[in-house]
Amino acid sequence: MIPLPETRRVFTPFIIPSLIALPVAGFGLYALWPLLPLDLWRVIIALIALIAFAAGNAAYLVWLERKVCAHIQCRIGPKEVGPFGLLQPLADGIKLMTKQLIVPKGVDPLLFKVAPLLVLVPAVMSFVTIPFSETLVARNIDIGLLMIFAFASVNVMGLLLGGWGSANKYAVISAARAVSQNVAYEIPMLITVITMVMITHTLNLRDIVLQQSGNMFDWYVFRFSASPLLWMSFLIFFVCSLAETNRAPFDLGEAESELIAGFHTEYSGMGFGVFFMGEYANIVIGCGLTSILFLGGWQCPFGLWPGWWWFLAKIYFLIFCVMWIRWTYPRTTLWGLLNLSWKVLIPLALINLLLTGGWLKFWPMLMGAQ
Amino acid sequence: MSGYFKDLFGGTKSLAVGLGITFRYMCKPVVTLQYPHESLKMTPRYRGHIELVGDEETGLPKCVVCGMCQKTCPSNCITLAGEKTEGAKTKSLTMYTLDFTKCSLCGQCVESCKFGAIDFSKDYNLAGPRKEAFIFDLLKRLEEKS
Repeated sequence: MIPLPETRRVFTPFIIPSLIALPVAGFGLYALWPLLPLDLWRVIIALIALIAFAAGNAAYLVWLERKVCAHIQCRIGPKEVGPFGLLQPLADGIKLMTKQLIVPKGVDPLLFKVAPLLVLVPAVMSFVTIPFSETLVARNIDIGLLMIFAFASVNVMGLLLGGWGSANKYAVISAARAVSQNVAYEIPMLITVITMVMITHTLNLRDIVLQQSGNMFDWYVFRFSASPLLWMSFLIFFVCSLAETNRAPFDLGEAESELIAGFHTEYSGMGFGVFFMGEYANIVIGCGLTSILFLGGWQCPFGLWPGWWWFLAKIYFLIFCVMWIRWTYPRTTLWGLLNLSWKVLIPLALINLLLTGGWLKFWPMLMGAQ
Repeated sequence: MSGYFKDLFGGTKSLAVGLGITFRYMCKPVVTLQYPHESLKMTPRYRGHIELVGDEETGLPKCVVCGMCQKTCPSNCITLAGEKTEGAKTKSLTMYTLDFTKCSLCGQCVESCKFGAIDFSKDYNLAGPRKEAFIFDLLKRLEEKS
């Protein structure tokens, strides 16, 4: 018999600690209620709600993804667990939580454990500044846009450390790919954001949405009076956000056919689950940011009853588009991916920046001259 | 430079066409069969394991125990026995076992039978916990069927 490779087996059915931790945490919060200032409570409660939102999204976006992919391939998708397979995420979650966490011998023990958190935590933190409606925002920060991009770059670090710490050649190759990809696509994305900031004059996400109040043609993507090239910014931003979240057709980091599962090859159980949650949280943030910057956030297309429901509708529409794109295109090659960024997106973003600057400078002068 | 823009616009157009195709497919009806709940009816020429054909009126096997199938089987899958009963013109079958673990579905037995007494069944989802589960008593099977 071939001996199994030696591993350090850590048996942690996550479900038991979490069953104990939940009541303890609940009691702790209750006991601390009078001790902490109300302002801090707002942040704590918002964070708990946002973690729940991120986890729920991760669970049900997997379900949605499987349904969308199934229907594109003329299949049904999950249908056995609950009506329309709606309890499938629950079954998957229990499966992941009760699975053994295997830490292979030879990995960097610290990096291996920290990496999934480095992917999830920044993603959850970014939710803090996202305004769901005019009043529904955990913390309205004046540099919200900047903060989100600062946290988004930590995400790459998580992937790199996870891949490096795994001591697995596939994981290292995948981590190197993820870094080159993220570096390449952050440039056009940030140039586009600069273009947007030149138009909005603010980094506060709530103010950016308030500037787009009214109907559909007040949204920045259709507001040709602000700049006639905003639709191009929208496209560049959307493509870059696909690449930044490692989604197909840019999912070179997890190219199954070449790299097994990429940077999370060695992760099992909830270690893998946390990576997964972080990935889906990043997709939600990418789509949320796209809808805040270009599609008017919580504003209604017809100027009626603006509210968080419009924001969620826009996010989920964009997420559907992301899934639709994933199940349409094959994965690009690495050089194709980098060529698209360096030869197409960056020049276009720069031209867009220059032309928008020119437009902002000369259009008011022309209008004033009349 | 013109090639660059040609590639850019041509590429973008082809991407849009691709999205259109997948969207059309998404709206199309489902083509898969929900297997454990539904199953297909097999085509007439499908070759499952062999089974005995019963007489349409009496339901008894048409087999006259000539033993041709047993002789012609290249893998010795078939074992059969019969006895002569009082007043009957031909022998009647008392045992017919098929060792399906060795059968390669060549169909020699079906071809060699002059009485049309054996035919291919339409069973396609066979599974069993042990090897012995695939030694079929075809006579019992025919009785259960009729």
